[in-house]
Amino acid sequence: MERDDIIEYSLDAHHSEEEGRKIRKKIWMVTLFLAVVTTIEVTLGAYWKDWFDASAWNTIKWTYVVLTLVKATYIVMSFMHLGDERRNIRAIILLPYALFILYLLWIGLTESNYVHHVWETLL
Amino acid sequence: MAGDASKVLSNDVLWGGGRSPFSISYGKMMMWFFLVSDALTFSGLLVAYGFVRHSTTEAWPIGEEVFRALPGLTGSYPLIYVALMTAILIFSSVTMVLAVEAGHRMDKKGVIKWLFLTVIGGAFFVGSQAWEWSHFIHGGGGYITTNEGVKYWVHNDTHDTHDPSNAAGFHLVKAMEGHYLIEEEGAHHLDHAASLKLWNGRANYVDGANMVHNEYGPPQYANFFFFITGFHGFHVFSGVIINLIVLIMVIKGVFHRRGHYEMVEKAGLYWHFVDLVWVFVFTFFYLL
Repeated sequence: MERDDIIEYSLDAHHSEEEGRKIRKKIWMVTLFLAVVTTIEVTLGAYWKDWFDASAWNTIKWTYVVLTLVKATYIVMSFMHLGDERRNIRAIILLPYALFILYLLWIGLTESNYVHHVWETLL
Repeated sequence: MAGDASKVLSNDVLWGGGRSPFSISYGKMMMWFFLVSDALTFSGLLVAYGFVRHSTTEAWPIGEEVFRALPGLTGSYPLIYVALMTAILIFSSVTMVLAVEAGHRMDKKGVIKWLFLTVIGGAFFVGSQAWEWSHFIHGGGGYITTNEGVKYWVHNDTHDTHDPSNAAGFHLVKAMEGHYLIEEEGAHHLDHAASLKLWNGRANYVDGANMVHNEYGPPQYANFFFFITGFHGFHVFSGVIINLIVLIMVIKGVFHRRGHYEMVEKAGLYWHFVDLVWVFVFTFFYLL
């Protein structure tokens, strides 16, 4: 039985067969991309010591961070369809979050390095 | 597709106030707001992990040395199991986005197929995590500390945790400073007699992992492992339950009669978020 007591709104909830084919193609391309990036990360994690010397660790670390952010962008923009939403809702979701987290990262790293320094010199 | 600013909205998609802010439905917007707050929680946990890791003066365990086992196999497979878990979660995210796409075409059979595969993938991930926890808690043999504070790794062939000194192949290994692996170059294997002497005069014996101490490194390492992967695992578990409920509703035809499959889309947002969090946990807990 159709319930009419639930107020449900839906926008852009439908598309045609033709659009569906295009969207599915895009989904599989993103999947392939994510799989390749993950493979690179794992291979690097398991074998980097055989390929590079210890001084390369800093570069590899930042490579991981960048690859992770790239993966996250594709998941949020493509899989979660945030890239298809209006610009204002994108900003409302991403900007406050980015502001808080960038600050938290900065203060966390600054303070922890200071604590490390104190423990190293005092103990 | 959304993002078309000139679109005229029909009356039945407007919110109670006669408008539709940002041309997004109420449910989707609230799901996004919930996800932002949940993302802040996870970020807080990962930053706390980073804080402890950067401030400690003890050697911190290395991911590819701790996580290198596969179920039913001996030998070293660094990070392969975690990579497998990542692959399972990414693919269940893909099946979810395909379910949403099928819903947009009102293809009930397609939604059922893809949503069912998503539930299966999620269940596999939760099961994998249970195995990994069990392996982590069980440990790889543990270590003893002598009265002088020197650390020796316990090795035997059968991993007898009650009395390792009685088991076949028992000997102690002095590993390289700050390393968990005993097969590595630079590790010094003691003979049986010398091992037994040190074992009998040990100050303490740590095997596996719990909230107080663990064989991998500082106590906070295991605590963060349990808390972060546990919190994420609980999210996955909830996601599987939510997807299962939505799947049953799809099969009963609730959304088909309603005229749209937006509920699949909202459950999908949560499910992708769980995948998104794992991408970060994978990098910051296992890789770095």
